[in-house]
Amino acid sequence: MKEMTPIARGVRPFSRMLRLTAPNRADAIAFVLLTGLAMLVFRGAEGIAEPLSRLRIEPVTLDPAYLPYYALRTTLRMFAALFASLAFTLVVATLAARSRRAGQIIVPALDILQSVPILGFLTFTVTFFMGLFPGRILGVELAAVFAIFTSQAWNMAFSFYQSLRSIPSDLDEVSRGFGLSPVRRFLRLDLPFATPALVWNMMMSMSGGWFFVVASEAITVGNTTVTLPGIGSWLALAIAQRDFTAIGWAVGAMAVVILLYDQFIFRPVVAWADRFRFEQTASSERPQSWAYDLFRRTRLLPLLFAPVTGLARLLLMLDPGHATARIAKADKQASRIGNAIWTALIGAAVLFAAWTIIAYVARTLSWDDALTVIGLACLTMLRVLVLIALASLIWVPIGVWIGLRPKWAERLQPVAQFLAAFPANVLFPFAVILIVQWKLSPEVSLSPLMILGTQWYILFNVIAGASAIPTDLREAADMFRVSGWQWWRQVALPGIFPYYVTGALTASGGSWNASIVAEVVSWGDEKLHASGLGAYIADATAAGDYPRVALGIAVMSLFVIAFNRLLWRPLYAFAERRLRLA
Amino acid sequence: MATIVETRPLVEVTNVRHLYGKGHGQMLVLDDVDLTLNENEIVGLLGRSGSGKSTLLRSIAGLLRPSEGEVRFVQGEDGSQPSVSMVFQTFALFPWLTVLQNVELGLEAQKVAAEERRARALAAIDLIGLDGFENAYPKELSGGMRQRVGLARAIVVDPSLLLMDEPFSALDVLTAETLRTDLLDLWCEGRMRIKSIMIVTHNIEEAVLMCDRILVFSSNPGRVAAEIRVDLPQPRDRLDPAFRALVDGIYVQMTARTPATRVNDGLFPGMGIAMVLPRISTNSLAGLIEEVHGTPFDGRASLADLADSLQLEVDALLPMAETLQLLRLAELAGADIRLTPEARRYAEADVDARKAIFAQALLAHVPLAQHIRRILDDSAGHTAPARRFREQLEDHMSPDYAEETLRTVTQWGRYAEVFAYHEDTDLFSLEDPS
Repeated sequence: MKEMTPIARGVRPFSRMLRLTAPNRADAIAFVLLTGLAMLVFRGAEGIAEPLSRLRIEPVTLDPAYLPYYALRTTLRMFAALFASLAFTLVVATLAARSRRAGQIIVPALDILQSVPILGFLTFTVTFFMGLFPGRILGVELAAVFAIFTSQAWNMAFSFYQSLRSIPSDLDEVSRGFGLSPVRRFLRLDLPFATPALVWNMMMSMSGGWFFVVASEAITVGNTTVTLPGIGSWLALAIAQRDFTAIGWAVGAMAVVILLYDQFIFRPVVAWADRFRFEQTASSERPQSWAYDLFRRTRLLPLLFAPVTGLARLLLMLDPGHATARIAKADKQASRIGNAIWTALIGAAVLFAAWTIIAYVARTLSWDDALTVIGLACLTMLRVLVLIALASLIWVPIGVWIGLRPKWAERLQPVAQFLAAFPANVLFPFAVILIVQWKLSPEVSLSPLMILGTQWYILFNVIAGASAIPTDLREAADMFRVSGWQWWRQVALPGIFPYYVTGALTASGGSWNASIVAEVVSWGDEKLHASGLGAYIADATAAGDYPRVALGIAVMSLFVIAFNRLLWRPLYAFAERRLRLA
Repeated sequence: MATIVETRPLVEVTNVRHLYGKGHGQMLVLDDVDLTLNENEIVGLLGRSGSGKSTLLRSIAGLLRPSEGEVRFVQGEDGSQPSVSMVFQTFALFPWLTVLQNVELGLEAQKVAAEERRARALAAIDLIGLDGFENAYPKELSGGMRQRVGLARAIVVDPSLLLMDEPFSALDVLTAETLRTDLLDLWCEGRMRIKSIMIVTHNIEEAVLMCDRILVFSSNPGRVAAEIRVDLPQPRDRLDPAFRALVDGIYVQMTARTPATRVNDGLFPGMGIAMVLPRISTNSLAGLIEEVHGTPFDGRASLADLADSLQLEVDALLPMAETLQLLRLAELAGADIRLTPEARRYAEADVDARKAIFAQALLAHVPLAQHIRRILDDSAGHTAPARRFREQLEDHMSPDYAEETLRTVTQWGRYAEVFAYHEDTDLFSLEDPS
């Protein structure tokens, strides 16, 4: 993220940065903060370089003294994955936007990957990464980072691609008119324009990543289980040992970590990215961040960014210069044969892949298995539908109430966003204890866990929608004494509907994903099991039954995609057409 | 001014044709355009939307390649290759760059050294009257100031030809006037190193005010319908009778029918039910009838005067006037519009009588409305899906035009109570359910 700052400010001569006056107080604070951060990174990185045997000598323990270190390792893993996702996004999404042929493959792939559970990938990739660095922790670390990466990258790449495709035509014409080279165009136009959406998606990705940390830190290879030091491993151990206090510690540590990176990284970045929002009039409400204001006042900061500035300058220097073609390459006639070949190639590859999967699955599984899985998927779908409906019944009225009161909305909106970022699976043990104690049926009582973490999307979107209902509409409703059900039917619900659909779409997608961890929950030896597709995938993963994992994921993907296409998209289109207050 | 100096050609456009879209919806936007742009002149491209003037501008700018024909730049006497840059209607400023950075953009792309770049950008900012705003972001500026940035950015690269795409149409009247005057001052005093300016506009007065030569474009497809030389000395006075005469003359040019089009179809592209209808509301039509009917016009008005009194640009006024003509509620004669007796009755009638007059005109002269009504009359439940008509229209025009045409006819039909339309079911019906 940070490398964009100097680019946006324009590349300054290095000599000007050195012409410093005496550092001010903000500098001192920033210096301490940044040095501390650097120390933490080095401390965490030390552990990565060690041999694998070290993990057996120093297994994860439930000693609170180690917890900060574990939290650090986990956070570093998350950010490593986030940077990998960013790099992936910049390369792949740009490729998809610039090359029509690459886009033909990349775009549908991203669209599917972002709505599909990736937990199953884990088992396939660990062996590969461990083979890269035999006997080193680094290999396992990379496998864990990759697992987190697979839960973060797709929506970022998709958002970046969509931004690149919606660049205003006049800015595009200016860039072409002046003959900006591809590199310069990327730094001046593409990257800044896409930044706000990208930052928002990075935050969403970070929240999504937490969900998979628990699963990715305890990795099973064959018969041995490698446990990387981290909050996820701590949590797994605490659950296995039925240590209630340890879970409390983990929840606390996670809350602190999320709060810290929210305040020190995401808020400043959001405040900074605001300048790239494509609007021609200054908006009244700008995102605020005390940390950003602090950093902005410092004079030492440009020095810190000098390496990144240097990289940008180097890129521009190596840049071949004038782009010769002002006209977007018209690959119409010349490549008609090429197109045909390309389409044929894609078709062949798709057929081959489908055939491979079917052959692989069919070797061990029969049609009955497929029917069973579809039955289970229907069960999970029923859960998702009922839960979304229930959550809507609860949160829509509350959200509207809050949204219509600006003072409350201002205070509660960040809370709702924080709750959405909090990994709900950390809280599962508490639910398990209650269920076991009261002897509830797991089939029903495990269901709410699926929506524990995702319901907040409904809440904060409804809050946003309700605050956006124009005052004149509300005044008109008041004037005519519209109240009760009529008020809900004709004022509030239509007003929030587009926002609600966005929230419910996110919540439902998240719930499908969450079903994998929510339908099978354990507490010590106690294992609660609800029948559903999520449980099926989780069981198959635990048993190392790859054909079943593949089948389960394929069916879930189909359901999620069908759900999006047949339910949410039409609703969304309806909202856009009829209810958007423009 | 252009007549004193010997003219040297700068750009030659020969036989340019351009088509948009593919297959059925393909539209010919430019047809057989030839023109030469000389040094030391301001040339205006005047026409309505859809006359392809922006397409021609972009062809010259090198932003798109016409389907056929050639745009050729004539080498300068010193062997230099002429360059172009462009000013946009929407300003097209990068919101994340400051004024200075926006102005430096083109120089940066040419890899001009930082020091020189800064100096030239500051000089351009100074010239265009943006001093003191160097570090402002575009969103902090007013529309007029933003367009000044756009102008500074375009001239800082020293183009031979400055292309302007409706540069003042997004500004309010006063601001536009100031910018126009400032630009003309800079041009007349020779303070910019530009050899020629080409400006696209649909404002007739603006064209007469600024240009040495005006090319009037006909629409559908875009062709050069007339070339008008403006020899009035600068600064020009809008109230000068010669100025008024020129403006009136251009109105005549722009409303003139080419002999090929049938009287029945007026100036709208397409024939019969496939006629493309412009998005004109019945309220605007009623307003126009009332204006022409009332004092001082009393049923007959010159379009230029009407545009003045209604504060409308020709681009908005002409489609309205032509719609009235299509409905036989008015006649366009030269630069004048004359109401028919039917329209004069309309102006004096009450709401219901007005609707009846309009309904009659609609069914008599708009084939698509006729067609929809006939099908509704014949069908069993007196309903018909709108999809059916949309598909019929799309056989003859692009989906966008089909959508617009159907919307227009729906609005007219609803007002005239000739048929009803329900959005949820996408159905036309004979009557609104009570």
